[in-house]
Amino acid sequence: MPDILPTPTHAAPTLSPGWRGIVADWSSDQRAFKNVSWGKAMMWIFLLSDTFIFGCFLLSYMTVRMSTTVPWPNPSEVFALEIAGTHMPLILIAIMTFVLISSSGTMAMAVNCGYRRQRVRSAVLMLVTALLGATFVGMQAFEWTKLIHEGVRPWENPWGAAQFGSSFFMITGFHGTHVTIGVIFLIIVARKVWRGDFDQERRGFFTSRKGQYEAVEIMGLYWHFVDLVWVFIFAFFYLW
Amino acid sequence: MAQIATATAVHGTSAEAQQHHPIRVYLVVWGWLFVLSTFSYLVDIFHLQGYLRWSLILLFMTLKAGLIIAFFMHMAWERLTLAYAILLPPVLVLIFVAIMVFEADYTLFTRKEFLGAG
Repeated sequence: MPDILPTPTHAAPTLSPGWRGIVADWSSDQRAFKNVSWGKAMMWIFLLSDTFIFGCFLLSYMTVRMSTTVPWPNPSEVFALEIAGTHMPLILIAIMTFVLISSSGTMAMAVNCGYRRQRVRSAVLMLVTALLGATFVGMQAFEWTKLIHEGVRPWENPWGAAQFGSSFFMITGFHGTHVTIGVIFLIIVARKVWRGDFDQERRGFFTSRKGQYEAVEIMGLYWHFVDLVWVFIFAFFYLW
Repeated sequence: MAQIATATAVHGTSAEAQQHHPIRVYLVVWGWLFVLSTFSYLVDIFHLQGYLRWSLILLFMTLKAGLIIAFFMHMAWERLTLAYAILLPPVLVLIFVAIMVFEADYTLFTRKEFLGAG
């Protein structure tokens, strides 16, 4: 009597791979993302929507830069710094890039340690990630201060097309906000991991649900996304 | 009810087992991200211009983005259903880009031709 014991059909091992799997997943009952928890799926869908937001920012930046008759300020020179008497073009942005990439690296390690149940190591790595993120925001604040002192405004700047300022403040401001929110969330998740919430299945203060170490991975998705957006901003705004 | 509980339990463990990768993978990706970032910075240092500059910037950008999504965000190990659902829609933004390129060209044309700018 095989019908009496129904096997859970959406358990991972029975899923078919490749295109057949895609068709089977999408045409099946209840849920398309079979071996992905709702938390992770929702984070991915949120990140997809955020992709469109940053996509529209970069797109409007492209449009104003292409359509202006006034020359565009040279970002290489605008973001140059004098360090120990040497003129270093774009140096601050390069350092910020390396800081953010390093924070992504420590975040990936934190996720890995979380799944290995090394909770202290995972929490420490997350705090290091938060620290690197805060450093990034600090350098961005320095950059904004410097540019504002030099006379850059959303409506004008001393070097060329006025749209430079509006694009700059809009894009980097929105990205910086994302980093800041990420730092706050990192500290919250790190505290949970440190306290052993996911080992003791302690219920969350807001949802009253038991957490799993997957929360660290979901936090990581957001953080890597912030790094990912910076890759595009670095390429299109600072290097182009 | 018991069935749902079993299913969640199976799902819970499988999700964890799935994303259990050796630390080495992350270190190698991390290293490559550093190398690629250095390359894209060197594009500016060496004052490369024109199509060479733009194609190199796009190449390094795409490689970095791919590494982050595939390994740091674990997309390489996710089911294709999720990967396609998340990765295909942003590609459609390229159509929007094409539309705005035409629009920007047209705006520039009108500014030059009728507003006496440039």
